[in-house]
Order: sequence, then C-alpha cells, then structure tokens
Amino acid sequence: MRVALFLTCVNDTLYPDTGRAVVKLLTRLGVDVDFPMGQTCCGQAHYNTGYRHEAEPLARKFSDVFREYEAIVTPSGSCGAMVRELYPRMGERARAEGRGDTLARTLAPVVPKTYELTEFLVDVLGVTDVGAFYPHTVTYHPTCHGLRGLGLGDRPRRLLEAVKGLELRELPGADECCGFGGTFALKNSDVSAAMGKDKVRNAESTGAEVLCAADNSCLMHLGGTMARLRTGMRPVHIAEILASTEEEPLG
Amino acid sequence: MSGTFVGMPAFPKAAREAVHDTTLRGNLRHATHTIRAKRAKAVAEVSDWAALREAGKRIKDHTLRHLDRYLVQLEEAVTAAGGTVHWAADADEANRIVADLVKATGESEVVKVKSMATQEIGLNEALEAEGIHAYETDLAELIVQLGKDRPSHILVPAIHRNRGEIRDIFAREMGEWGRPAPEGLTDTPAELAEAARLHLREKFLRAKVGISGANFMVAETGTLVVVESEGNGRMCLTLPETLISVVGIEKIVPTWQDLEVFLQTLPRSSTAERMNPYTSMWTGPTDSETADGPQDFHLVLLDNGRTDTLADEVGRQALRCIRCSACLNVCPVYERAGGHAYGSVYPGPIGAILSPQLRGTASEIDASLPYASSLCGACYEVCPVAIDIPEVLVHLRERVVQGGQVTERGNKVVLKPAKGHAAERAAMRAARWAFSRPGALRTGQRLASRTRRFHPRTLPGPGRAWSGSRELPAVPAEPFRDWWQRTNGGKGEGK
Amino acid sequence: MSSRDAILGRVRRALADVRQDGTPPVPEGPGRDSWYDQVVRRDYLREHGDRSVGQTVDLLAENLADYRAIVHRCTDDELSDTLMRLLAERGSGTVLVPPGLPPYWLKAVDATRVHDRARSTPHELDRVDSVVTGCAVAVAETGTIVLDGSPDQGRRRITLVPDHHICVVRVPDQVVSSVPRALERLDPSRPLTWISGPSATSDIELDRVEGVHGPRTLEVVLVG
Repeated sequence: MRVALFLTCVNDTLYPDTGRAVVKLLTRLGVDVDFPMGQTCCGQAHYNTGYRHEAEPLARKFSDVFREYEAIVTPSGSCGAMVRELYPRMGERARAEGRGDTLARTLAPVVPKTYELTEFLVDVLGVTDVGAFYPHTVTYHPTCHGLRGLGLGDRPRRLLEAVKGLELRELPGADECCGFGGTFALKNSDVSAAMGKDKVRNAESTGAEVLCAADNSCLMHLGGTMARLRTGMRPVHIAEILASTEEEPLG
Repeated sequence: MSGTFVGMPAFPKAAREAVHDTTLRGNLRHATHTIRAKRAKAVAEVSDWAALREAGKRIKDHTLRHLDRYLVQLEEAVTAAGGTVHWAADADEANRIVADLVKATGESEVVKVKSMATQEIGLNEALEAEGIHAYETDLAELIVQLGKDRPSHILVPAIHRNRGEIRDIFAREMGEWGRPAPEGLTDTPAELAEAARLHLREKFLRAKVGISGANFMVAETGTLVVVESEGNGRMCLTLPETLISVVGIEKIVPTWQDLEVFLQTLPRSSTAERMNPYTSMWTGPTDSETADGPQDFHLVLLDNGRTDTLADEVGRQALRCIRCSACLNVCPVYERAGGHAYGSVYPGPIGAILSPQLRGTASEIDASLPYASSLCGACYEVCPVAIDIPEVLVHLRERVVQGGQVTERGNKVVLKPAKGHAAERAAMRAARWAFSRPGALRTGQRLASRTRRFHPRTLPGPGRAWSGSRELPAVPAEPFRDWWQRTNGGKGEGK
Repeated sequence: MSSRDAILGRVRRALADVRQDGTPPVPEGPGRDSWYDQVVRRDYLREHGDRSVGQTVDLLAENLADYRAIVHRCTDDELSDTLMRLLAERGSGTVLVPPGLPPYWLKAVDATRVHDRARSTPHELDRVDSVVTGCAVAVAETGTIVLDGSPDQGRRRITLVPDHHICVVRVPDQVVSSVPRALERLDPSRPLTWISGPSATSDIELDRVEGVHGPRTLEVVLVG
C-alpha cells in the first residue's frame, strides 16, 4: 500500500518530532510511508477565516500532490476534516457560483482516502495495540474537529488504553473546545485565552503529567497556556506516545 | 432591529469586558452547565432523536422552499377562522400596525408574552413613544424590564443575573411599576417567583390588550402555538379582549401533524423538559357565545430581513431556527462572553449567523459576529433542526472579507470587502503564494530555524493577541522536510 | 404596492435558485399535498417503547408526578368522595364548575359551586379557590393533560386564574402514549391548552421552580 504522510504545514514547520513519530510508528507497523515534498498547506486557515478563494489553489495543489497514493494519513484532526468535509463543500460552492464541476472533480479523488492517524490505525490497519510503551499518566483531549467533524469516537482512547505503562486519566469537560479555533485565537484572544485556561485547569485537576491530543494546533495553544501558567504539565501529540517504545522512548 | 443596539462595539471588545467580569462569568457558567447536562438527559430519553431532528429539518426546509404558498394558505386559514392578517415588511411598519391596533381599542397599556420578534423590532420602545405602556410578563423579561437592562439569552433573557441580583432589582423597582415586592423578600427562587406572581396579577386581571409572538403557525389550519412555562402566556392569550400576535414569516409549518415533531424537540432542547408546563393553541377567536379568550385577533406577519436571508443559498438555513437556545447553552464562547457582547436580541451562535443576515454586515458589531466562534461545532450537534452554524459562520466571514452579492430589502446589491481586513487579506494572499510554492515555504522555514535563538518570548503589536496569555512555540532546529531529505525518510537516521 | 405583495414578491425572487431545479411546484389552494409526507419522510416513532394499556397509565402517573402534579387514582364510584376529600383537605370554600361537568362528580362536595359565565370577570375568577374539570386527552410519555374547551372543561381562563386545579382523566380511554397520538385525537379548531405539571419557570439560573402565574397546585385524578 502506497501511503502518503500529509504532515500539515504547522507540523512540518514547528513540530517535526510529530512527523518523525508518525513515520516511526507506521514503519513499525509495516507501512511504507512516503512524504511527498510538494505538499504545503491544505488551506484550512484561509477557508475558515473567509478566504475560500485563496484556499482553492491550495486545495488543487493538495490534490495534485496526493491523488496517486492509496491512502493519505495526517496527524491532524482539523486538517483531515478540512479535506474530508470541506473540500467537497468547496466543490459545491464553485458549482453554485456557476464555475462548473472542475473544482469538485479535481478534489474528489483525495477526499475518501484521507485519514486522520488514529482512524487509519484502527479502521485501515485494524490495530489498537500498536506495541507502544509509555510509562506516564496521561489525560486525553478530543479536539473538536476530530470529535465532531471526523467522528473519531473512542478510537484514540482505545489506542491509548492499549499502550503499556500508560495510565489514562479522565479529563473533565473533555468535549469542550480548548479555545484555539485558528484565527479565533487572535481575533478573539480574550475569550480564546479564557477557554484555554479552563481547559488547562481541568487537565491539571486530573494530576496527569501529560496532556495528549491528536492535533498540534490545539496543543500549541494549550501548551503555550500551560507554560505561561507554569503548570508543569506537558503537551504531547498522540503519535509520539504511540511511537514510543521501551527501547526508544519518545514524548 | 431595535435601536437599543446601535453603536455596539465589535464583539471582541465587548467580550473582553465580559471575560473579566467574574460575577457574570460565574452566573453564566453555573446556568449553562446546569442546563447542558439536563438537555443531554432529556434528549437521550428519546430513542428516535436523530429521526425527529431530520424530520424537523425537512419540514422547515420544505416550508421555506414554498414559503409564498404557505404564507398565502396561512392567511386564508386565519382569515377564515375570524382573525385579521397584517403584513409588515420591516420593524417600523410592524410597530406602526401594532400601535394603531392598540390605539383603536382606546387602551394605553398592554401585557406581553415573551416574544423574540417584538424584541427584535423594539416594539416596547415604539409603543412607549405613542404613550402606550407595554408590560413584560415573562419572569426573565420582567427582570430585564425592571432592571432597565438588555436581554442576554433567547430563552432566559436575564441569565446574566443571579438570584441575589434579581432580589435587589425586585425590591428596588417593583414599586415603581405597580405592586411593590413583599417586605423582607429573600433570594430563594420560590419567593422571587411569588413576588412576580403578585406583582403581575393585577396587570393580567385588568388587561384589555395582549401582545404575543408564536412558536409555530400551522398553514393548513390557521392555528398559532405558544410554548411557555409560567402561565403568563396563558394569561395574555386568554384574559384580554384583543390579542395581537407578531410573528416572523419563517415560523410556519405546513400541517397540524408537523407539530408532533417540534412539540417533542423544542421543550427537550430548550428547558430540557419532556414537555413545558403550558402550550396554548388557538385558531382564530372562538364564537361569541363560547367567548373563550380574545374576541378580536390580529396576526402581524413580519419580514424585517427574513426574505433577504432566504435569498442566500447557504445562509437561509438559519431560518429553520425554532429559538430553543440549545446552541447558546452549549457554546463555550457564549459561556464566557455573555449575551450582551453579541449586540443583538439574538445572542450566541444562532445570533452570530442571524443578526448579520437580518441586519446586514455594515456595522462594526455585525461584521465581527461571524468571527465570534472557534468553529467547535457543538452548536450544530445540539441543534434540533440541524442548522450547520459553523458552515454559515464561515460563509458570512467570506461575505465580510471578500464582499459579493447579497440581498438587502429585496434588492440585489454587491458588497465591497469590509474595511479593516486589508492587512489580513494581504497576509492570506502572501501565505497562499508561499504555500503554492514548496520552495518558498522551505526558505521561510529555514530562515525561522536559523534565527530561532533570536526569537522573542513575547510579540509586540498585534502579536500580543497570542503572547499576552500564551507562550510561543519554540521553532525546531530543522523543519520536518529537511530531516526527511537528510535522512532519506528516517532510513539514514543517526548516520 | 402593498407590503403583502412586496413580501410575497421578495420570497419568490429569493427562491429563484430552487425554483429552477426541477422540483414540481406545490399546488396552490387549501388542502394537503399528497406528496408532502414523502418529502418529510417521517422516520421517527409514533410512540416510544412497547407498553400494555396498564403500563401506559402507570407511565402517565409517573411523569405527571415527576413534574410535581399530585396524582390520585380511584374508581368511578369513588370519584365524588375523592373530589370532596381533595377540596376539603385544601380548605376550598368555592369551586368553579364548567357548564358540562357531570353532576355526580361533585355530589359529595360541600364547597360552594361557582359557575363560569360569559360576563364573569377575571377578578371574580381570582376569588375562587379551586376548579374541577375533565380533559380531552392525556399523554403518558410527557405527563401532559390537554384541555380543549369541551363542556366538562370550560373556558381556558377557569383553569388558569384559580390557584388550584383538579383535573379528572378517564383511564385508559383518554390516555395516549405519545405526542403524535395526542395530536391525532385533537381538533385544531378548538382552543387547546397542554398542561404538564403546575406553572413553573427556569428563569432564575436556568433551574426549574414550580409556581408562577398559573395554578400552583395541579391534582390529577385518574378514574377507571
């Protein structure tokens, strides 16, 4: 199976460790991973801020870069949701604007084969025990686009529960948004910060060492908040926990 | 809409003040969390919730799609039942119609059932200007009216007030309006409710004119439906001689049977009850021999921006709204910003998509509302008519930053992109340019990595929006793509 | 142009896009479109769960009580004594009587009967202690009784202004399982009042408190 890693621009630039963890994890599970160098950004920030027309060329480029692969895996719930949910909508809007089917047809091939990492593991590879070892207490924040957009359900939980040494602590108010929301974090920074603080307080109340999520954008916001509040907790992407082994501990 | 909100600051500024008001934060948190858990339980009791939600959506979509036909059918049915139908294109016209109807009765006071439509058009202020006193009779509306306050929630307009504040308002203000609050009134909810009962009873018993909205209007029968809890609605709908109902044109359902969907979904979504205490349904006035309720019934059908909203293919779904307020109660932004920050009688997620459509995006507040959301999707999940609020928010963001064709008062106009987004637009364009060229992206990444030791911990200017409350992420020594190339995808790791 | 024509014109122009997609127009005029149910696809349930008649009545009693209605059960023979007892326990000296209340219901009652007349003012009703009525239908799943202004129920105001309402439900005949079943039985041309427990409000901190403007005590007698 030819699997492409769609790492996302944020991870590529700021969180290469997450990318390395995905490669390590998938390789360990026998998947041949490629990182197409032509990839850049899915256009989510543009689209969600109201610049759909600026997002369109990025979506077309995404399709050009990834369309030949059998599966496209991304360690980001929100970028995964962008491709799966919003690319079809971009096609529909172009059609409604009288621009024909071209965009819809260009984007269609990548939509069904784009998977968020935990979906790919559980649904495509059919594994929940990925052979990881992570001797820490962890609380898990299901990010909004993963939870309500992609409907990841309990997949991340099942994967975490199978990790040896890991103790999972229930996060109070888990399904509430952390307050990141892309440009929302800047445009409504006071509300965003208040939401982030409440989420961090809830995480802290679990006594866990690690706050885990499947999206580094949310973790950037929460990690920044935790650092400012000097909580002593650290944010770790789920890929790094799942890639961690006794021989090669990560995260 | 109501003049009360003209000149409101943009959402972020109003929200900033609310976020730092600890009493308000506490009140909102307590109230929204109480109702959230209850709603979830009330919904879980019904095994076919998803099917009810889907049916509600289809009924409303179908009605909107044939709205002209159903409006005409409703008019015929109401008229046949002995009511009089009036049409109001905007707030001013609706207010004038109501004021003239009240004046024709010779009365100078009216009792009102809580109604979003009359709030929206600022009816109380318009009547006051004509020398007519309108008494709000819903408990929360009473709290708002006595406190000279503004509503902050669709269902519970005084949600921003806790019991202690309500007690103080009652003790201070009731005497000014009629029967004073009992001596030694405490802040127990039962005593506060009793105080409202005593204060309003004299007004109910002498009222000659009642004004209401309606939750539903049935086109095939001409029936109006008001869903309520306290009995103030029943008082206003049955004791006066004249009843005037002001209702948005989107409140129609085609058939009597359709009520079976909404009478199941509305109470559970709204007050988290299996059924609200009182629902009144009436089809015109009764015959004079029975004389059950007002013998003179007027229905004012209100447009006020609804047809403009209907003209928008993406935005028209907002007209499915049945005003349950589940989206407000579940919204993390509403919980922290409070209802007043939305600068409209329609706060919360639904307000953020309704107000800029009903009023347009020209004002600062309306242009900022589509951004008053983290797009977390909780509102869509709980909406009993499946309004995809995040989709409409993003669509309205587009309207703000890119402009384009919209309908205003029935006319198609082309909007220019809003001012104040020029720098953002340039940044988005630049980012798109860079992201279209992996080479350019890589150059930028490398530059960031090479200079990382010199990066400040906090940012000046607009960057403070991030670093005022959060540390910046550290830039890594090399971007992932450089590692991938250097190590041949990790195969040469460590060599 | 009248506002009526202006609004209808705006609606038609607003829907120009959907009018072009080939969906047949809804026929003008009164009456129901035959294809409407296909459009709505009513995939939801007519009632929830599978219950015997007795269980449905039990559920009604349970849900009425859950919203603070006081529920009593008796046979038809015991009804008059039951009503006498309830009115006496409350100390009611006056009781409002709808025009068509079966006379035997109140034959044991001592309280002074007050008859509702078209010219009775709200103030007069406000001085009456209690009201006794029948009902049109009761809904088990929601704990609701529905009044339709029939002679044994009277005008809407008589069950609103007095502070104490006793409603008699004939079981199992008047009991349906669900809201859809209730609507099937009701006549839209009559003034209808759906009542679920005594008057209540959620307006103080979104928490439910019983007792505002409507009757603060609702007693339901299930007879059968």
